[in-house]
Formats: sequence, structure tokens, C-alpha cells
Amino acid sequence: MGTGTGLGRVRGLGSAKHGSKHWMNQRLTAVSNLLLTSWLVISLILLPNFEHEALAAWLAQPLVAVPMMLMLVSIFTHARLGLQVLIEDYIHDEGSKFAALIVLNFYVIGAASFGIFMIAKHAFTGAPA
Amino acid sequence: MAQNPNRPLSPHLEVYRWGPHMAASIFHRATGFTLATAGMMTLLWWLYAIATGPEAYATFQAYIIDAGAEATALQTATNWLFRLVCLAVVWSFFQHVSSGLRHLLMDLGANFELKANRTSALIVFITSTTATALVALLVASRYLGN
Repeated sequence: MGTGTGLGRVRGLGSAKHGSKHWMNQRLTAVSNLLLTSWLVISLILLPNFEHEALAAWLAQPLVAVPMMLMLVSIFTHARLGLQVLIEDYIHDEGSKFAALIVLNFYVIGAASFGIFMIAKHAFTGAPA
Repeated sequence: MAQNPNRPLSPHLEVYRWGPHMAASIFHRATGFTLATAGMMTLLWWLYAIATGPEAYATFQAYIIDAGAEATALQTATNWLFRLVCLAVVWSFFQHVSSGLRHLLMDLGANFELKANRTSALIVFITSTTATALVALLVASRYLGN
């Protein structure tokens, strides 16, 4: 079987037994998404207005910046797990599937890093006003 | 590891008869995709605009909320496109959240009786559509057309 490389020997032997971790993390982040997006919606409703000044002062507070960062981590983890399943279910060509999974990982890690950086920069350097 | 193309397949989209239960399942996936792409890009743009300053935020508002009275035809059209995308994102959010709650309920082993399952799927669609209509009305009455 195979060429004797590690990959060649395990191919076709079935799952890597990581499925239940994927399943559990999907549920875990579903619950944290629910809590954190509820916080966001309620927090936004409590704002006096949605002008830049009010939002900038709001986002600079530690008790807003930290949950916002956690929300990005939670949502992007959930999206990564969910879109992975979509790709595995609907892209049947092995090469395209592999490429799509790489693009997915680059996308979620890149996008989440960008968002967290913007929040951190804003909170550390302070609102301009 | 070539697969036999004639192997038996489990039922999928074209095979199912449309009903609330299968629609809830397929829309959970479709709305998840919408949120992960259009939804997240809008959220990141919003965070970027807040963190960058009033000018960047004004640009965000011109695209997403209102292009203003002096906008060119292209800007107004783009604004309407973004508004439609936002409406789709808002509906996707409520649909995905309520469908997700139903999913968690079913993970507990409940709600598998045919009638109850069908009813809960219908409730999911009604909840998300009502909530989206309320948000659209609120935004339209408070931020548009004055």
C-alpha cells in the first residue's frame, strides 16, 4: 500500500478520529457567538446615536474592545468549521478541495487578525476626539 | 482510491421534496456562508472605519446607509446594492441564530417528532423574517429619507 511514506500508509484507512472535536467546537462556538452577538446588539441599542464620535468612544473602552475581539475569534472559528464542512460536502475534486481549504484558512485567519488589530490599535492609541 | 461513480448516494438537494424542515437545513448552510463572507466583511469594514476616523466612517456611511442628495447615479445605485446586501445579511443573521437554536435543541435529542420538527422549522422562518422586517422599518424610519 502506497510508497511507504507516512501519508501513503494512512490513506484510505478511514477517519483521523478528529470528527467529534470538530463537532463539539462547532457547538461551543455557537453558544459563545450567541452570547457575544447578543452583547453587541444590546450594547449598540444602548448607545445614544451611531455617529462616529459616540462609536469611537464606545469602542475604545476595555469592556467593549475585549468582548469585540473575543467575538471575532469566536465567529471566525465557527465560520472556519462551518465552511470547512461546506467545502468537504460540495467540492468533490480532491485538488480543488485542498485549494479551497487553504484559501478558507488564509481568509479566516487574515480577516480575524485584521479586525483584532484595528480594535487593539483604536483602544491603545485612544479615540482621536 | 478511485470512487465508483455509480455508487449509491445519500439524498441531496435535488432529491428532497421542499418542506420547512429541509429548507431550514439548507438555509442554515446558505445563511452561514452569507454571514461568513458579506456579513464579516461589513463588520470588519465598520470596525476599520470606527478605528480610522470620521472621514473613513463617513465613507462607510455613504456606501451602507445613505449616499446623500448630491450623490451621482452610480453612487446611489451602489448604495442600494449595499443596502440589499445588508438586508440579506440581517435576515441571514436572524435565520442562522434561530435555526442554530433549533439545531442545539435537536442536539439534545428533542424535536424529532415529524409534526413538532416541521412546526419548529416554520417558527424559525417566521421569527427571522419578522425580526428582519422590524429592523428594516426601524432603520428606514430613523436614518433614511429625512
